[in-house]
Amino acid sequence: MSATIATHVNGAPVYYDRSGEHHPPNSTMLGFWLYLMSDCLVFAVLFAVYAVLGRSYAAGPSGADLFDLPLVAANTALLLFSSITYGFAMIAMQARKKGQLLAWLAVTGLFGLGFLGIELYEFAHLIHEGAGPQRSAFLSSFFTLVATHGLHVTFGCIWLVTLMVQVRKLGLTPANRRRLMCLSMFWHFLDVVWIGVFTFVYLMGAL
Amino acid sequence: MAANHDHAHHGDDHLDGEADFHVSFKGYAIGFILSVILTAIPFWLVMGKVLPSPKMTGFVILGFAAVQMVVHMIYFLHMNAKVEGGWSMLALLFTVALVAIMLAGSVWVMFHMNTNMMPTPDPAAMRNMP
Repeated sequence: MSATIATHVNGAPVYYDRSGEHHPPNSTMLGFWLYLMSDCLVFAVLFAVYAVLGRSYAAGPSGADLFDLPLVAANTALLLFSSITYGFAMIAMQARKKGQLLAWLAVTGLFGLGFLGIELYEFAHLIHEGAGPQRSAFLSSFFTLVATHGLHVTFGCIWLVTLMVQVRKLGLTPANRRRLMCLSMFWHFLDVVWIGVFTFVYLMGAL
Repeated sequence: MAANHDHAHHGDDHLDGEADFHVSFKGYAIGFILSVILTAIPFWLVMGKVLPSPKMTGFVILGFAAVQMVVHMIYFLHMNAKVEGGWSMLALLFTVALVAIMLAGSVWVMFHMNTNMMPTPDPAAMRNMP
């Protein structure tokens, strides 16, 4: 057992946690999974709001008028590519290839930024056309749902850059690998949420 | 720093969760190819207006989305009944149940509320009122 090591200082036993394993094994990944599940509930509420308000146009534009499906398809492709490149990063991590890992993380980050760029362009375009979040209940719920997802991707990108710096400086330590595994779950989870967004909001809105 | 490498029961510096997290190129490739197919078909159905009625298209693309979510869960999130001794799957099933209740319940309640609202007067008729 490496968790507690007893030594004697002045006759009294002193316990210290040498490798920081005071928690039971696997708890980080399970805890992060539980966080993702609670995040899932946040998105579920926003989806429910959109489901209720998504047809309340207040005599304004509807999804069929506004949505540019080729742009959404491009966005979906970017996020899907970023998922597979993060997968390659995880394979490189497993093989302990630091350079390859950093390269794939950089590619993933670029796809993420591309996604955010297209989304911001779309939002700016909508607001410029007078279809901003204050136009109708449909647009309010649309912007809330899609922007919450975008905010998650933004923080995912920040996290990704942070981890790239960490891996560069400290190497593939167990702690860094654990962080990369958490970000992997976060990143793929955002892709799962995006499936819901492009199907339920964009494709069904454009029907 | 030497103390950090002194993992008595670890041998190599393996993480405890890493055994559950074994990744392979094949897994990611299968997941990616399935995802591309499951994404392309709904876009084609909607943009090409392939099916006769929008309602039918809606149900079909929701089905594709559900299948793609499962594909992502298995191939990208490495979900199965054994991860974390089954606790991850339990948390997932609980969340799916909550989400289903929340979504279906909201839509159901609000649909009935809209249907049973007092009829709003026609704005055109209101304007011509004395």
